[in-house]
Amino acid sequence: MGREYSRTERTVAEARPRKNHLHRYTSSHAPNVIPTSGARESSSTVSSVRRLRCASQLQRYTLLGVLFFGAITSIGVSTAAAEVPQSQASRSLEVCDPSVIPISGSGVTSILESNSAPAREVRSLGYLVVAICAGIFVVVQTFLVLAIVRGVRASRVANASAGSGAEPVQVFGSLPIEVAWTVIPFIIVFVLTMVTIRTIRDIDLTKPPEGALTVTTIGHQWWWEFRYTAADGSTVITANEMHIPAGRPIWVELKSADVIHSFWVPRLAGKLDVIPAKTNALWIEADVPGIYLGQCAEYCGTQHAHMLLRVYAEEPAQFDAWLAAQAAPAVEDATVTVGRDTFTAFSCFNCHAIAGTSEGLFGPNLTHLASRDTIGSGSIPLTRSNLVQWILDPNTLKPGCNMPSLKLEPAQVESIVDYLMTLK
Amino acid sequence: MTHASESSTPATKTPESFWEIVGRWSMSVDHKKLGMMYVGAGLIFFLVGGLEAAFMRLQLAQANLKIIDPETFNQLFTMHGTTMVFLVGMPILLGFGNYLLPLMVGARDMAFPRLNAFGFWLFIFGGLLLYFSYIGSQGLYGAPSAPDVGWFAYAPLTDRTFSRGNSTDYWILGILVSGFGSMTTAINFIGTILCMRCPGMTLMRMPIMAWMMLVVAALVLVAIPVLTGAQIMLLLDRSFGAHFFDPETTGSAVLWQHLFWFFGHPEVYILILPAFGFVSEILPTFSRKVLFGYPLMVAATVSIGFISLGVWAHHMFVVGLGPVLNSFFGAMTFLISVPTGIKIFNWIATMWGGRLRFATPMLFATGFIAMFVIGGLTGIMLATVPLDWQLSDSYFVVGHFHYVLFGGTVFGIFGALFYWFPKATGKMLSERLGKWTFWLLFIGFTMTFMPMHVSGVLGMPRRIYTYEADRGWEIWNLITTLGVPVQMAGVAIFLWNVVKSLRSGENAGNNPWDAWTLEWSTTSPPPEWNFDRIPTVTSARPLWDSAHPEDPDAHYE
Repeated sequence: MGREYSRTERTVAEARPRKNHLHRYTSSHAPNVIPTSGARESSSTVSSVRRLRCASQLQRYTLLGVLFFGAITSIGVSTAAAEVPQSQASRSLEVCDPSVIPISGSGVTSILESNSAPAREVRSLGYLVVAICAGIFVVVQTFLVLAIVRGVRASRVANASAGSGAEPVQVFGSLPIEVAWTVIPFIIVFVLTMVTIRTIRDIDLTKPPEGALTVTTIGHQWWWEFRYTAADGSTVITANEMHIPAGRPIWVELKSADVIHSFWVPRLAGKLDVIPAKTNALWIEADVPGIYLGQCAEYCGTQHAHMLLRVYAEEPAQFDAWLAAQAAPAVEDATVTVGRDTFTAFSCFNCHAIAGTSEGLFGPNLTHLASRDTIGSGSIPLTRSNLVQWILDPNTLKPGCNMPSLKLEPAQVESIVDYLMTLK
Repeated sequence: MTHASESSTPATKTPESFWEIVGRWSMSVDHKKLGMMYVGAGLIFFLVGGLEAAFMRLQLAQANLKIIDPETFNQLFTMHGTTMVFLVGMPILLGFGNYLLPLMVGARDMAFPRLNAFGFWLFIFGGLLLYFSYIGSQGLYGAPSAPDVGWFAYAPLTDRTFSRGNSTDYWILGILVSGFGSMTTAINFIGTILCMRCPGMTLMRMPIMAWMMLVVAALVLVAIPVLTGAQIMLLLDRSFGAHFFDPETTGSAVLWQHLFWFFGHPEVYILILPAFGFVSEILPTFSRKVLFGYPLMVAATVSIGFISLGVWAHHMFVVGLGPVLNSFFGAMTFLISVPTGIKIFNWIATMWGGRLRFATPMLFATGFIAMFVIGGLTGIMLATVPLDWQLSDSYFVVGHFHYVLFGGTVFGIFGALFYWFPKATGKMLSERLGKWTFWLLFIGFTMTFMPMHVSGVLGMPRRIYTYEADRGWEIWNLITTLGVPVQMAGVAIFLWNVVKSLRSGENAGNNPWDAWTLEWSTTSPPPEWNFDRIPTVTSARPLWDSAHPEDPDAHYE
């Protein structure tokens, strides 16, 4: 079909030239008339005229495109710039901000809902980059659509008016236009590089910010361990739920016990990988108290999907109280000695530490388990029945996890759970 | 002529038996048969890899579904990625190169025909070895298992400690074997392009696709050996007690990432440059115009080749390389968008003022530009290092690279299939079914991959087999999943189109699209020797010159 169409076009072209169309072989419709010696000259003249014509038209459009791009981008940039004072304002409010951080619903882990200085700065840069990209997008797609509309129309016109089916003008290129769309992108790229480097310098700190609290975060297959230094200098170890004081910079030191993980709480900061034998560090600073959700962002094996993170930002006084409570030894409740004995009689203590009872390091520290909201790395609410099911067979709740089912009798499990539930 | 004597015999000859046909194809060193086998095998793997993706999408359609268990899911995304990159993208693209390069440069075959066949069979055996893991391998719990460490196979998850059994060894060996196949093909491309061009075809008169393939071949030769070396190191780690990537001793987990991405980023350009080539051939034909700015196009291609060797660490912005390295690799990544942008502008300028005819190849080529622009722009967002700290390893990245590799590479491949199918078989594909394929793929593709950008911004990480219900991700995941059957319908119609055309397609003739490069000057399908007489060319568009002897291109070069 295509062949016939084109053939007609060409036959027609040879039969009847179009006068007002500068065509590359205008001169050739009567090839015998033109002396061979002059043919080359005449066709090259035609070519230069033709190129000029098309070039000037394309140049006009290129200029139009640049202006168009400039307009869209400046709208975007001003929006992004408007973002900055706003974010500084909310930063001065800091802890006093009454807004409550949602723990469920759309946007709960959105990178656009920033509650921490580094996340906000990333968001501002993001708006700027998106504005520039949107400008480029609109310009390029507009030109593409224009080219399509014009091209289809030209083809339709050529089809309809039998006799003008010649090949269109052949344009081999245009130096000014090609220089323009090489140089302009260079300039855009230069600007992007500069703002990017500035933001990297602001966020990617090599040492802790002034007054920062250091929290050592250790990634395990498939849970998180957090270590704090208590007021008395002792080390406080907890798991999966990270408590921080709001309004104070936190220096999160990242280490891995096994494979590569990645620490990501979108509202607080971008992610950073947790790599064995390499200590990375990340800076976060929650503006307002609340629970910030996140999860491991680097594929780390079977249960990567359930390596969730919960960051509890609290008023400083509340945080201090929490830390003091965590530093205290495990609760000794005389009514649950049976459970404690069961815990130590089986291999639970090989993996789990309970201060004063066991020292296992492979699994989460359980000294104050009952003070947490979740088990299974944030994937299951901590309730009595969930804990019973978890100990009976963790694989039913988190398939493939590293904790085995010890095949305990239900009564033994019940007594262990009785004991664990006292560990406030 | 041998041709005449051959064609006189069939009257007395019985039709070939099945095994005779198998023998004729499997022992062939003809670049056209090998090229078609590459594309055919790649399409079969495409269906397999696509099915793997469909199962993943089924599991992710809603929050907390339990259709597929985590081990299987992890195998699915590992095999999907590995298959699509090594067993679909590379073989199909290199297969097109195999088929077309000698025809385009006016040669009778590739420079090393037997090496060519060797490379093809290495690819086949590598692919089969990888898939044999489903039967022959043991994974985490001693059960049969495909590799489950991700196509990027980050250390130390690949260490024996964490990946017991031998599924990871299947991954290493399968890719290693097919990698050698790619290297031999690259050598062949370079030999063919540099030494086998017909009289008059200077480098700057080659079809632009030959330039792209030359750069691709160079990238394959630089990148694949690095992967092969790293895989051998990993094999030594796993089986012979070496510690290259073992952080427990003096090894480094980050070293693997450097080596892998030093291969991995040029690989992205290996997968997209040939598609650039297809589009650069299709657009001029259906716009009835010469390619705009050929020399700048060549310059952009070569500079993409060079710059692509210096951007690998943009896959590692979240590794904690430090501000200096992050800034450098961010800047380099921005830089590579300049030559890529030039190509897009040149394509649009080629269409500008043309007389467009939207046959199926042109639809795919135009769709390619529109979609690739989106993939390129989200690439700029990801090159913005601090933004990458948020978006890296999220679904945004999945959306981004599918816009590049599906909206780009796969659309390019479909365009090329529709464009060159008549040349390879002598039959036209149905235009009506072709348009159905395009629109279904386009709509399905957009449904599947556009919402991924949103779920990424909403904080959904990649490679998770399930997700929480309370994060606002469900609706986007549901739309993503609903796009899958639409795409499947598009592919099914394409397959039906191929079958129908082979049975009763319209005859194509030598040059159905009225195109201008040398492959269209010979018969469809071309004889085994390609050209009865080796052509002589005087410009980049020899068939334009012969159609318009009064005004040849040579005047304008």
